[in-house]
Amino acid sequence: MSGVRRGRLKIYLGYAAGVGKTYRALEDAQLLRQQGVDIVIGYFEPHGRQDTIAKTAGLESVARQTLTYGGAQFQEMDTEAILRRKPAVALVDEFAHTNVPGCERVKRWEDVRALLEAGIDVITTMNVQHLESLNDQVWHITGVRVRETVPDWVVDEADEVVFVDLTPGALRNRLERGVVYGTEKARRAMENFFVETNLTALREMAMRHTAHEVEEKLAAAPAAHPTGAATAPAAGENSPSGTEPAGRKERILICLTGSPSSAMLIRRGKRVADYLQADCLAIHVVRNAEGREDVERHMSFARNLRIDVRIVEGEDIPRAIVEFAHGERVTQIFMGRSTPLPWWKPFRETVVQQVVRHALDVQITIVAERRRPA
Amino acid sequence: MGRTGKGAPKKGSDPFPALVYPGNVPGITDRRPNPEDLLRRVQADERRERRGRLKVFLGYASRVGKSYRMFDEGRRRKQRGQDVVVGAVQGAVTPDVQEILSCLEVVPTLPEKHGGAEYRVIDMAALFRRHPGVCVIDGLAYFNPPGSRNPERWQDVEELLDRGISVLTAVNVQHIREKQDEVERIAGKRPFDSVPQAFLLEAEEIEVVDAPPEALIDRTDGVAPDSRRLGELRELALLLAADVVDRQLQEYLDSHGIAARWGAQERILVCLTPRSNARDMLKSGLRNKRRFHGALLVAYVEQSALPAEDRRNLDANLGLAREMEAEIHRLQGDDFVDTILDFAREQRITQLFLGHSNRGRGLRLRRNATERLIDAAEDFDIRLFPHPEGK
Repeated sequence: MSGVRRGRLKIYLGYAAGVGKTYRALEDAQLLRQQGVDIVIGYFEPHGRQDTIAKTAGLESVARQTLTYGGAQFQEMDTEAILRRKPAVALVDEFAHTNVPGCERVKRWEDVRALLEAGIDVITTMNVQHLESLNDQVWHITGVRVRETVPDWVVDEADEVVFVDLTPGALRNRLERGVVYGTEKARRAMENFFVETNLTALREMAMRHTAHEVEEKLAAAPAAHPTGAATAPAAGENSPSGTEPAGRKERILICLTGSPSSAMLIRRGKRVADYLQADCLAIHVVRNAEGREDVERHMSFARNLRIDVRIVEGEDIPRAIVEFAHGERVTQIFMGRSTPLPWWKPFRETVVQQVVRHALDVQITIVAERRRPA
Repeated sequence: MGRTGKGAPKKGSDPFPALVYPGNVPGITDRRPNPEDLLRRVQADERRERRGRLKVFLGYASRVGKSYRMFDEGRRRKQRGQDVVVGAVQGAVTPDVQEILSCLEVVPTLPEKHGGAEYRVIDMAALFRRHPGVCVIDGLAYFNPPGSRNPERWQDVEELLDRGISVLTAVNVQHIREKQDEVERIAGKRPFDSVPQAFLLEAEEIEVVDAPPEALIDRTDGVAPDSRRLGELRELALLLAADVVDRQLQEYLDSHGIAARWGAQERILVCLTPRSNARDMLKSGLRNKRRFHGALLVAYVEQSALPAEDRRNLDANLGLAREMEAEIHRLQGDDFVDTILDFAREQRITQLFLGHSNRGRGLRLRRNATERLIDAAEDFDIRLFPHPEGK
């Protein structure tokens, strides 16, 4: 690669449409424009909100491109045009957006990375429910399976994540006044996603995630604490022993199968690994060369989340897992629950039971297949 | 269920104290509501109906933009027809705040000198006479001079609320009393004035005012504050807000009889048995609690006629759990698995820590407790810990 300085990424993180993410991003843009910075709007979604539209006054916009797909016309960000225009800063709304087929890249976050690599700073917006690692939790709470997700490492790459807060009460007032959506759409939104308890839980998740991002950045930054105190925010309290033995970094191994619940298992294992600052590996054991197609999708999903995925051949699955875990100095194994054995085979053991019996020196986490109460 | 709780309330000024049962066992709590609790809740609801509504803007440093956001809300409410009056403004006002103040009615604070220090005191009498619908009070953590109506400004706000006046106010995390040890560790000094955390919990609404530390550096005219220190305070403010929101959500669900099995927070339950490898589990539980900023609970199922050695072991483990400030629960039930499952669901547990039942493979017709728990756990993960002898 050339020696271009990578652009800086700033994400305004909210918990629902209408909390004011785009407004805050535009406030930034206006401030930069006043300071004489060369800033353009790369993509902006007005949603017909007047106060937000007013904030774009005087800002240059790069024209969108129009694509035809399935007989309909779609407008998308024209990334190549922004690259040609090469501003210092670009405002790009809706980081989690999926482009219509026919675009150069599948996801808007990939477009944004292209801008960053060209040395353009980007200010963007997203909601916490679009984070890959929270997908199951969001579904569990709201009943909505969010399809447009952003891998956590993409958000972790941001130089700044800023939480945009509005209380659920105020948000519902805005919905009722029709500020966020037109009234018909508002009513449907209120009945479903915008239930106050849902909003409150999502808001808490956004607060916790922003705190997590702040903490990660502090951990990565060189320690220069004036008081000489420990740098990790959690440390420093008087308690028996809050840390693992020094030098023993946690290594988490996720056992992949073709089961549909593997996606949940992967997200959960990766999330725990991220929070514990542990290495994260995944393994799939194949008995012979066949039968890999069903698990191929899970493996590529895991790779997209930057998990180190390995394929191991072996006749005895539990033994292969345990041997791999020992060889890789794994401290914690993540597995899905085994299918219960039929009642006429009470003396047999499930894969989980066998791994538990063989790996007596490793922690084993059996991830629940969380369901929603009907 | 068959659970009973025997416990003492948690220390501190907890506004929702755990219930006290006879036979105090220090550090052991139970949060099941009883009739008195429900009555208190109803009375609180009634009181709340007559009271003004409180909204708090929470920031992590001065110049983060709290005052602006608060006064801006005051202005927007006035535009929507509410009767808004400003009751207190902090000393130095930025031009954008000044612009907002020019279109709001202000009841000026009264200057008072005491012991060589100058104070600004809210003109309570004037506010009572004026009796607005909404009053905007900046600088919530201010002290009043000795001999004032109330020693601290947040108590003035309480009085306004009691008289049916809604209040918008702003405070920094540095001033939250329960957070000041941590603030002192981060910043090396401790603010003089403070507001109890219970006051935040009482607020109908709390809004976080977040901004990257760089933005503050810009606004301090080149005087670069320590960005690490700011980062740590920022994290503290976000987590405090998350805890307040979590608490309020739980209150809401409880009062509406909604049994939610989910939450935005990681909640870890360590199951102790007399012979479990408690030290490893508790250490790991504490580490997970800290990394996730979650909750650490410890439960054990009471067994009758426990051998003396096992009892000693259990007590030692409970002592360790107490040192770690875990929330300890003593459960009663005929069936270990059912008792643990009920409790875990009720407490919205996300991770359950268990010791391996270290037994070899043999002829057996019944599944052991661990296997039954794994089969039944639908809402939480189970983490099995090795036996020390297994290593």
